[in-house]
Amino acid sequence: MTVLKHSVILDKDKCLGCTNCIAHCPTEAIRVRQGKAYIIAERCIDCGECIRVCPHHAKKAQSHTLEALKQYDFTVAIPAPTLYGQFRDHTSIDMILTALKKVGFDDIFEAAEAADIVTAKLKKMLKTKDKNVPWISSSCPAIVRLIQIRFPDLLEQVVNIESPMEIAARIIKNEIYPDKKNIGVFFISPCPAKITAVRNPIGSKVSAVDGVIAINEIFLDLQTAVHSLDSIEELGKASSWGISWARSEGESHSTEWTETVAVDGIGNVIKFLEELENGKIKHVDFIEAMACPGGCVGGALTVENPYICKARIIRKAAKVKRPPEERNKTEKRDNLLMMDAELSPAETLKLDNDFKTALEKMSRIEQYTEELPGLDCGSCGAPTCRALAEDIVNGCAKKNDCIFVLRNEIKDLTENLAELGSWMPPLFSKDGKKK
Amino acid sequence: MALFKKEFIIDSNDPMSYGQASSSFKKTLKQLGVAPAIIKRTSIAMYEAEINTIIHGGGGTGSVVIENDHIEIIFEDHGPGIADIDLAMQEGYSTASTEIREMGFGAGLGLPNIQKNSSNFKIESKPGEGTKVTIRIDL
Ligand SMILES: Nc1ncnc2c1ncn2[C@@H]1O[C@H](COP(=O)(O)OP(=O)(O)OP(=O)(O)O)[C@@H](O)[C@H]1O
Ligand code: SF4
Ligand SMILES: [Mg+2]
Repeated sequence: MTVLKHSVILDKDKCLGCTNCIAHCPTEAIRVRQGKAYIIAERCIDCGECIRVCPHHAKKAQSHTLEALKQYDFTVAIPAPTLYGQFRDHTSIDMILTALKKVGFDDIFEAAEAADIVTAKLKKMLKTKDKNVPWISSSCPAIVRLIQIRFPDLLEQVVNIESPMEIAARIIKNEIYPDKKNIGVFFISPCPAKITAVRNPIGSKVSAVDGVIAINEIFLDLQTAVHSLDSIEELGKASSWGISWARSEGESHSTEWTETVAVDGIGNVIKFLEELENGKIKHVDFIEAMACPGGCVGGALTVENPYICKARIIRKAAKVKRPPEERNKTEKRDNLLMMDAELSPAETLKLDNDFKTALEKMSRIEQYTEELPGLDCGSCGAPTCRALAEDIVNGCAKKNDCIFVLRNEIKDLTENLAELGSWMPPLFSKDGKKK
Repeated sequence: MALFKKEFIIDSNDPMSYGQASSSFKKTLKQLGVAPAIIKRTSIAMYEAEINTIIHGGGGTGSVVIENDHIEIIFEDHGPGIADIDLAMQEGYSTASTEIREMGFGAGLGLPNIQKNSSNFKIESKPGEGTKVTIRIDL
């Protein structure tokens, strides 16, 4: 397997070049060229939207498989709480966690337990009113990347606490098993964004997670294991608050802060952040923003319907009565919670490093946009007429890629030809014969 | 000649388009690689002025100009105008109707916010004739 920075990839054999995906990409990162979709790597935020909309299942994510466990002497799984909602109510969280051990992991640390730890930190942060409010949650990596690309001016409002996944891995390696050699820590993921967050970390220089296995990759193995358990270990440690992070409102409610808001679905998040930029969002201190519909339960690499999963998460969380705890806490803990790398703007939309050149390009983009039909039909392989105009100016498309422009040119050409064809030189008679 | 210039029609009859001019210019600034802090200030100032042109001025025109060292944004309408500009500039002063308040506007914070976020701000208005707002933001 070649290791790419992104986890969303295209299966060229399955892609028909139908252009369904290009209009759905929130960062306009997909083009169709020569009949096949093509992802512009610098713009992709791995949200998985294209995986969801592709009718031919040509978009997929590169995940590890259980095979990868063999490389390590000792392995720990960090299951995302979304995993719990993939199984029916009678399959308890402890059963699922025991099944994870049965398929090969030596120990478990729930991402939901780390979510409890983040919650405690968030609560403290919210009490100290800051100039940066409203804070924006950093738990969904697709959203953090979206902000880096499309909303650089909102970056300073992103909470600089690491995601539960990363924190869980750091606690495992630094506090629970500091002396274990060749330990492999695996996240069980609902989405491609988390796979990418490990390969190409956002808030840390190197991720403490060693591998990511997609929920839909491990599901069948787990299902078999669940059905053949001899005993059930009491492995669950997370509180109902932490488990609820799997669904929208879980994180914001867990802060028990009144002025919070939860936004889910990448399109809704974009609209919300636009309004936030305009200064229209008032009386909000904390914004939970999740790329997937319904929150992580809607992750592109899950098995179960998001709404069913959400309902199960609500019921399963309600059964858990233990309070949040902070086991194995050492003096290192505070440092383990924070991002160790600065969140910087991704300058992928920037037209040019030189301001004057960028301005000149922008003027040309405006002009081309005027000249194009404005139908945003996608037939040129770009998501909008404006995107085509940008591609033309950036030198990676031609105006004739627009079928309407092409048609008009052909029309002009045939008219010219017809006119030329009917033109008789003075030496010719009307029937065209030289007498 | 300006390095970049764009004009907008500000239509008050289409609530879906409220804020579209600011939204499109915001994208332009991001593509130009303008500093995030400046984008933030420009977004807020331009949005408030655009909304005022719609809800108080009944629609009009907008224009943006980018020069080497500054951005200039102008909104102009032929609405009712403002009788007492000093009063209108006061935080919390608003003549917005109940309907407008229900749409989430009318806190009387728009003009003071424009002032706060711009390097230079000019408002010219005659009752019965209209209003012209000029915002300058230094780069
Ligand atoms: N273009 C305009 N034409 C006519 N009157 C205006 C115009 N712009 C502002 N005003 C007047 O100035 C007042 C104050 O404007 P300002 O933008 O500060 O507050 P607002 O628009 O009423 O509320 P908010 O901006 O907080 O939603 C308005 O209520 C209105 O009476
Ligand atoms: S909402 Fe959750 S599942 Fe979806 S991209 Fe974000 S972290 Fe992944
Ligand atoms: Mg106003």
